[in-house]
Amino acid sequence: MLKLSPRELLVLISAFTLFPVSNVLPEYGDVVLNRRSEQAGVAPVVFPHWFHRIRFRCKVCHSELGFEMRAGANDVTMNEIVQGKFCGTCHNGEIAWSTENCGLCHSGLPGLKSRIHGGHETLGPGRW
Amino acid sequence: MKFAHDRRRLPMSLRGIAALFIAACVMASAAIAADPNAFNRLMPNQSKRNPPPAEDGIHDPVNDGTLMLQPPKEAFGVLPKSASGNYVDWVKALNSGKIAPRYDRLDPKVEPIVMDLDIVREVKGSMPDVVYPHKQHTEWLDCSNCHPAIFIPQKGANQISMAAILLGEKCGVCHGKVAFPVSQCIRCHSRPKTAPKAAEGGVQPAANAQSKSPKGVNAGK
Repeated sequence: MLKLSPRELLVLISAFTLFPVSNVLPEYGDVVLNRRSEQAGVAPVVFPHWFHRIRFRCKVCHSELGFEMRAGANDVTMNEIVQGKFCGTCHNGEIAWSTENCGLCHSGLPGLKSRIHGGHETLGPGRW
Repeated sequence: MKFAHDRRRLPMSLRGIAALFIAACVMASAAIAADPNAFNRLMPNQSKRNPPPAEDGIHDPVNDGTLMLQPPKEAFGVLPKSASGNYVDWVKALNSGKIAPRYDRLDPKVEPIVMDLDIVREVKGSMPDVVYPHKQHTEWLDCSNCHPAIFIPQKGANQISMAAILLGEKCGVCHGKVAFPVSQCIRCHSRPKTAPKAAEGGVQPAANAQSKSPKGVNAGK
């Protein structure tokens, strides 16, 4: 008999009922980062651009913090973040909550691919 | 009570699947019952915009952290609306002071270095010409974000096409991903071809009255 944990069940429910029927899209500009997460045994990261651009101009992260403009061009490790680089520049318990709150960033569904959820599908070098 | 009887007999997982099936049926019947002659039949349902994280299809609804995240609608309620993307007009939101994003990571008082220079690109097709405003871009970005990696700061050095943009190159590095999507054609193709010809060099004074920066620079085109 098929045995499912409540967690798997909920994922199933969302996968089979929510998406095909309601046609809800993720928030525009949300980035899924899963280059390393799942390999390391944690959930993929979802980065909401909208939340951050209310508080900072693009330049702060894409110039001061060293995030490349191209989707997929940033190879960020937890080690670097804990040392105060990339996300860790602000997520240090002073400007924003610190890295102990794993589930706030690592909040993606299992199996998601790294990409930006935007307006049109891009298959070229802009998305990898 | 037939259902109560079933509930006692069925294992946990089957009950879940039954609940799932019923939920799907209810949603499907609701969709069928919708008025077939309603207005805006093919337009995206506004209630489906800006879903909360737990329902957006990429966040794990079982993860505790997901439920602590701010739903976009809560933040966007006070911001000026737009037709696509986040359904927020970010430029208006910034100019009207509804949001005050920092230009410096730590110092909220640092003002951006704004360059007020419009670049007019006369497009080959019948679409209105493109006016690229440096002003709105430099309010958010640093010169080095675009120059020279994405756009060579030299007249005639950048070949731009909608195909390239749709592939995520040039303007498409941001537009279609984070900045307003390319479906908002006239926000870029904003200068009707019947308008007076662009000044020599393709550089036009900004439309707004407060422009006072030097206009002799040739960039892009």
